[in-house]
Amino acid sequence: MNAETNCNRIGLGKNDYSGKPSTLCKGCGHDSITAAIIQAYYELGVPPHQVAKFSGIGCSSKTPTYFIDRGHGFNSVHGRMPSVATGATIANKKLTIIGVSGDGDTASIGMGQFCHIVRRNVDMVYIVENNGTYGLTKGQFSATADVGSVLKKGQVNPYPVIDCCAVGIELGATFVARSFSGDRKQVISLIKAAYAHKGMAVLDIISPCVTFNNHEGSTKSYTFVKEHDIPLHELGFIQSKEEISVEMKDGEKREIELHDGSRLMLRKLDRDYDPTNKIAAMAAISESRDKQELITGLLYYNDKGTDLNTLLNTVDSPLWSLNEKDLDPGAEVLKKINASLR
Amino acid sequence: MATGQSIVNDFSIRVATANGTGSQSSNNLLFKSLFRMGIGVCAKNLFPSNIQGLPTWFQIRVSPQGYQDLREHDDIAVCMNPETAKEDIAAMRPGTTVFYNSSVIKVTDDQLKPGMSVYALPVEELAKGITEAKLRHLLKNLFYVGALSHLYGIEIDVMKSVIQDTFKNKQSAIDANIAALQIGIDYAKANYKKTDHFQFQRANKNQGKIIIEGNTASGLGAIYGGCTVVAWYPITPSSSLAESMEGYLKKLRVDKDGKAKYAVVQAEDELAAIGMVLGAGWAGARSMTSTAGPGISLMHEFLGLAYYAEIPAVLFNVQRVGPSTGLPTRTQQCDITSCALASHGDTKHILLFPSSPKECFEMGAEAFNLAERMQTPIFVMTDLDLGMNSWVDDELEYKPMKYDRGKVLSADDLNKVKDWGRYLDVDGDGICYRTLPGTNHMRGAYFTRGSGHDEYARYTESPVVYARNMDRLLKKWHSSKKYLPKPVVKGDTNAKVGILAYGTSDHAVVETMDRLKGTPLKYMRIRAYPFAQEVEEFIKSCDVVYMVEQNRDGQLQQLLETDLPGYQNKLRSIRYYGGFPLSSDIVERELTKQMGK
Repeated sequence: MNAETNCNRIGLGKNDYSGKPSTLCKGCGHDSITAAIIQAYYELGVPPHQVAKFSGIGCSSKTPTYFIDRGHGFNSVHGRMPSVATGATIANKKLTIIGVSGDGDTASIGMGQFCHIVRRNVDMVYIVENNGTYGLTKGQFSATADVGSVLKKGQVNPYPVIDCCAVGIELGATFVARSFSGDRKQVISLIKAAYAHKGMAVLDIISPCVTFNNHEGSTKSYTFVKEHDIPLHELGFIQSKEEISVEMKDGEKREIELHDGSRLMLRKLDRDYDPTNKIAAMAAISESRDKQELITGLLYYNDKGTDLNTLLNTVDSPLWSLNEKDLDPGAEVLKKINASLR
Repeated sequence: MATGQSIVNDFSIRVATANGTGSQSSNNLLFKSLFRMGIGVCAKNLFPSNIQGLPTWFQIRVSPQGYQDLREHDDIAVCMNPETAKEDIAAMRPGTTVFYNSSVIKVTDDQLKPGMSVYALPVEELAKGITEAKLRHLLKNLFYVGALSHLYGIEIDVMKSVIQDTFKNKQSAIDANIAALQIGIDYAKANYKKTDHFQFQRANKNQGKIIIEGNTASGLGAIYGGCTVVAWYPITPSSSLAESMEGYLKKLRVDKDGKAKYAVVQAEDELAAIGMVLGAGWAGARSMTSTAGPGISLMHEFLGLAYYAEIPAVLFNVQRVGPSTGLPTRTQQCDITSCALASHGDTKHILLFPSSPKECFEMGAEAFNLAERMQTPIFVMTDLDLGMNSWVDDELEYKPMKYDRGKVLSADDLNKVKDWGRYLDVDGDGICYRTLPGTNHMRGAYFTRGSGHDEYARYTESPVVYARNMDRLLKKWHSSKKYLPKPVVKGDTNAKVGILAYGTSDHAVVETMDRLKGTPLKYMRIRAYPFAQEVEEFIKSCDVVYMVEQNRDGQLQQLLETDLPGYQNKLRSIRYYGGFPLSSDIVERELTKQMGK
């Protein structure tokens, strides 16, 4: 970052990461996340034209129009963003994939595709803008609504919650975090680390719906989330080896080195939380649910995963760029094939 | 020896066995040996949706013309399955032959018709000669092959060569198979007096021919067509397309460092499969899926997106009998309307109708050019008969293909273009220019959406802009006609009675035309939808047109009546939808009946 010129490491200004004006409700948590994405990608110096943005359907899925206009965007069908993003990354492994989905789009109609994109460990940032409700259809429960949570019109949710982080960890996601749209610093650090991680990074960001789910009795309202948010650690992201420190209070710190050489610093708060311990992560999520607490931060990290493109072992050039000379097996080969079929 | 006139190379055998007993390899040995003897031969596998136990039939038909359609009635019944033996024998006509496993089937005189020849083979007793219990079960299927080869004249050396090629270097397997074959031959030699007239005789019909399944040919077509991304979900009868294709890709598309110039992903369902195909097509790769009707149903929502957002994709639909699970191992042409109009809203898609493996190969390759040129899904409509049966067809012909990547603007191109809109119809053909993600240019990106969009890919709900875009999409669909395979016409061009057919119905129609030589008939095979201008001209030139289809509702006829209105009173229908491959016996019977009216 160059503070004097207002340019990032590739010489671009923050404007180069902006998008169209938001058409969401004033005060929507999703807009804070959009702003955090812009800030994170700007500070990281991601070439905007290399970004491919994906979404399904819903309020959250509208947001890719609001950031990084210079990257291609794809607003696909409800709950099916994962497959479209998977196809795109296979076709062009040089793209930087970011997917924005919602709780309905991921945990209800899209549960199947979410599970399978996690299994495949597609190298992408997968953000769930989680408000526990269907906004565009005016306030029905989604599958991430907590049991006992109350709708604006008074109905009480009788069904257990689907926790995208727990599901992600169970299915082998290698980077799983939870945050709150109101905690801008934490969200930005997590987005940066998710970007630097090679593999599926699931970010479940509680993002209150000001219109349909911000009342008393809702466990996804601003008030409730603020009161119950328990950060596991203070996060500081250090992009490259050259930079040695990040503005953080003193204290006991863990350091996580990410695939591209950048580091995520975790300063211990109330408890000693080890995000590389899968069982402990699952236990912490389960306990926090019982206590109606919202633990935020990096819940789980594993540097051992192999992402889909590595697994497919495709050539370095994007598959789309291959042409006749790369792909046509030729006449002699066909002659041999014919001979084998007699 | 038999008395009377021999019937040489022009009859059919139906082998009845139980599924999963290993009879498939025996039947293929028969089929392939006849092929190698140069005899015009055709094989149809009529199998159940089952792994083991249910009845299955295999028809081997020889004819001087090498016809590739099913025969309704057979000349020799090989009854190995006690479950169906009664019906199998009852279906035979006088003068035919019954060959049966006398260890498990009893044939009484009252089951037989005049002039029938009967041969008994005590399979289980003979099987005692095979000491290895594990092998006995599989090898005993070779007894009937051996016995038939002796009765009808299949050359032993040819059969041995087929066995050798099948088992490659596994000498013990080769020896065991040949020994089992010999048991059948020896039994026949010692016990049969030939009483029927059927005879195989070496011929020279198979120069330049191969044996290939349509699915294999489709997959090879896709490889030669430059496909790099395959996403699929297992479903009969299309699974072998993706599987055989992956087999070839592993051999043909790996670079010197062992890196793959392709990706195959088995998706979690058909929705994900088409989603991946669209993601890849949007990002610029030639991508495809293979599926069947139930998969197409699941893909409908995505297909609307692909149509409306204009994303290239190739779908191989190997049709099977619907609706619902239907008859999963039987054939039909029953997804014509569901593909032509796939998805909600006003949609019209492009379909190709290959009728042979060779055409699966050619259209399978060309589909990728069409998809990128037209920026829309292309459906290659095969069926179970074409996809899963082994066909004798002309060998695949190499035609160097120039990939047409369609209207794609690079960053350099964008520098030369003042005003670029993703959905701006600059050339007047309804086909617009796209950019690929990753294009490094200030104006290089656009936003793809299934919601209303204007010429610059911006969100809009304007009625005027919406309608304008829909009209352009229709224009684009019409523009595709000049790139699609033209219909093929056969027969007497002056005839006033016409036949229209497509896909695998071709084989039954061609044989019917041969049988009705002398009746003035002409035949047009439709090879693509939307219909070419020639289709209308053909109908105009006829007084009556018989439309042959393998579905109940005359699905292509429905499209014809909608797209080319005004000819309804000329159109007649011949429809078969029982699920077996279409037989010329049916077409001839129906046509004669209707023409006689």
